[in-house]
Amino acid sequence: MKVLVPVKRVLDYNVKPRVKADGTGVDLANVKMSMNPFDEISVEEAIRLKEKGVATEIVVVSIGEAKAQETLRTALAMGADRAILITAEGEVEPLAVAKLLAKVVEAESPELVILGKQAIDDDSNQTGQMLGALLGWGQGTFASKLEVAGGNAQVTREVDGGLETVSLKLPAIVTTDLRLNEPRYASLPNIMKAKSKPLEQKTPADYGVDTAPRLKTLKVTEPPVRQAGVKVADVDELVAKLKALGVAA
Amino acid sequence: MSVLVLVEHDNASVKDATLAAVTAAGKLGEVHALVAGQGAQAAADGAAKIAGVAKVLLADDAAYGHALAENVAPLVADLMAGYDAFVVPATSNGKNIAPRVAALLDVAQISDILSVESADTFTRPIYAGNAIATVQSSDAKKVITVRGTAFEKAAATGGSAAVEAVSGKGDAGLSSFVGAEIAKSERPELTSAKVIVSGGRALGSSEQFHAVIDPLADKLGAAVGASRAAVDAGYAPNDYQVGQTGKIVAPEVYVAVGISGAIQHLAGMKDSKTIIAINKDEDAPIFQVADIGLVGDLFKIVPELTGKL
Ligand SMILES: Cc1cc2nc3c(=O)[nH]c(=O)nc-3n(C[C@H](O)[C@H](O)[C@H](O)COP(=O)(O)OP(=O)(O)OC[C@H]3O[C@@H](n4cnc5c(N)ncnc54)[C@H](O)[C@@H]3O)c2cc1C
Ligand SMILES: Nc1ncnc2c1ncn2[C@@H]1O[C@H](COP(=O)(O)O)[C@@H](O)[C@H]1O
Repeated sequence: MKVLVPVKRVLDYNVKPRVKADGTGVDLANVKMSMNPFDEISVEEAIRLKEKGVATEIVVVSIGEAKAQETLRTALAMGADRAILITAEGEVEPLAVAKLLAKVVEAESPELVILGKQAIDDDSNQTGQMLGALLGWGQGTFASKLEVAGGNAQVTREVDGGLETVSLKLPAIVTTDLRLNEPRYASLPNIMKAKSKPLEQKTPADYGVDTAPRLKTLKVTEPPVRQAGVKVADVDELVAKLKALGVAA
Repeated sequence: MSVLVLVEHDNASVKDATLAAVTAAGKLGEVHALVAGQGAQAAADGAAKIAGVAKVLLADDAAYGHALAENVAPLVADLMAGYDAFVVPATSNGKNIAPRVAALLDVAQISDILSVESADTFTRPIYAGNAIATVQSSDAKKVITVRGTAFEKAAATGGSAAVEAVSGKGDAGLSSFVGAEIAKSERPELTSAKVIVSGGRALGSSEQFHAVIDPLADKLGAAVGASRAAVDAGYAPNDYQVGQTGKIVAPEVYVAVGISGAIQHLAGMKDSKTIIAINKDEDAPIFQVADIGLVGDLFKIVPELTGKL
C-alpha cells in the first residue's frame, strides 16, 4: 500500500510571528522555517505503517517555493521514500492545495493520504477535508490513533467532548492530531542518505490546476496587546482579588 | 442574502456553540438553521426557539445520526442551491464538515472568523492569533466557520420558527461510526464556562492534577482546562486542551496554574476577561498577559487558596 503525505513549510513554531509594518502579512524574511509540526506527525505515522509492513512506499509532497525542498529532504531523512515538489510562488490556498493533491493522487494512486489537521501559519484546518470531498473518499480527521487492516482504516478522533472512533473504507484521508505519535529525529546517516533519494519537481501548470486565490487579504494587523497586570504577594491578597471580581463569596 | 447555519446538537438539544454562529450569520442576512441528525426532532424544536432563526430545516436520517462529514456535506451542498452563505460554529464537528462542503461548492472556506466587516469581508486570526487578517472573498457563496468567543450568543429562546423536513442522499457508504468515549462531567463546558481553572505540566501526574486543580475548580464553579503538555503527559484528557490547536476560551476569569504561557497556549485564552497566573518562575511569559500574578509553588499556593475560599 502506498501512502501519500503532504508536508508544508511554515514559520517554526518557536518563533514569535511579527506583523510587517506595511500591514501586508507576517515577516518571513530571515526567520527559521520548519516542517509544519502536524506534518511531522503524519510522516512519522506513515513510517510506522511501513515498519509494521502495512505500507510499502511513502511519497511526500509539498506545494510552495523552491525552499520547500528542505522540508521534503527532512521528510526523506525521517524515512519517506521519495518526494514531489510543486513549486508555486506566493500563498496557495487550501482549496488549490487540495486540487493539486487530488491530481497527485490520480497519478500516484495511494490508498491513504495522511495530512496534518492544521497548518500553524494559516490555521485553516481545511485541506484534508477538502481533498476528501474532491476525491469522494472518507475522512478521519484529528486522529489520535490509526489502525489499517482488511481494506479499512479505523481512526480514533479527538473531538470536543472526548474521543470518537470511525471506520473508513480505503482509500481514505486521515488528518493527524498531536497525540497520534511522537515524531522521530532524523539521524545524521539518514540525512546524508536522504540527499540521494528522488525528488521530482513539478508546477501547478503540469497538473492543469488554477491556483489563483479566492480570498484577497486586505490587511494584516497586530492583535490588541494585553497589558501585564499586578503581582500579588500572597494567597490572602489573591483571595481578596477573587472576591472583588465576584467569583468567590 | 440568505444564510444556512449548521446546528450543533446531540439529537436531543442544541449546543451553545450554535448561538454565536447564529449571531454571526444574522449579520449577513436571513438565518435558516439546519439540524441534521437522527431522532432529532427535539433539537429542531430547540433550534426553532433561537432568537433570529427564521426557519429550521430538519434532515432526520440514520445516516446523519453521528454527523459523519461524508454524509452531511453532500446534504448541505445540495441545500446550498438556495443560500448565499453556510455558517458553522468552529467546533470539532464544524471543522470536520465545513471544508468538505466548501470543496463540493468549489469555494474557499473562511475559517474561524472574528468579525463580519461586510457581506464579503471578514477578519480571522492567523499564526496562533499573533496576527489578524482582513480577507475579502470573491466566491459567489461563502462557507464560514465562526469563533464562538468572538460573537455574542443569540438568545436561546424567544424565536418561533417553523420546522420543515428535508432529505438528502443519506449514507455515502464511505465511513461508519464505531464508538465514542464522551466524558460526562458535572462541571460547566469549557467553551461556555464563566470561570476556568487550567493546569500545566507542573502538576506532575494525573493524581496531582485532580488533587490540586479539581477542588479549586469546585470552589469556583469552574470548568477545568489544561495545557498541551499536561494532556500529552496524560494528566488530563484531550478535550481539556486550551490553545491554538485545542479549544478557544474567553471566560470572565481564567486561572493558569503551572502553565508557562507558550504562544500556542496563549492563543486559546488571551481573550479572557481576567487572567490569573500561579507560577514559581517570576519570568514565565504567562505573567506578561496575566492581570493578577502570584509567584510561588503551586502545591503550596493552590491548596491554601482552595481552603480560604
Ligand atoms: C503544533 C503545536 C501545537 C500546540 N498547541 C498547543 C495548544 O493548543 N495548547 C497548549 O497549551 N500548548 C500547545 N502547544 C505546546 C506549547 O508550545 C507548550 O509546549 C505548552 O503549552 C507548554 O505547556 P506547559 O505550560 O504546561 O508546560 P511548560 O512550558 O513546561 O511550563 C510549566 C510551567 O510550570 C512552572 N512550574 C513548575 N513547577 C511549578 C510549581 N511547583 N509551582 C508553580 N509553577 C511551577 C514552570 O515555571 C513553567 O512555567 C503546541 C505546540 C505545537 C508545536
Ligand atoms: N502548501 C502545502 N503543501 C503541502 N501540504 C500542505 C500545504 N498546505 C496544506 N497542506 C497540508 O494540509 C494540512 C492542513 O493545512 P491547512 O488546511 O492549511 O490548515 C497541512 O498539515 C498539510 O498536511
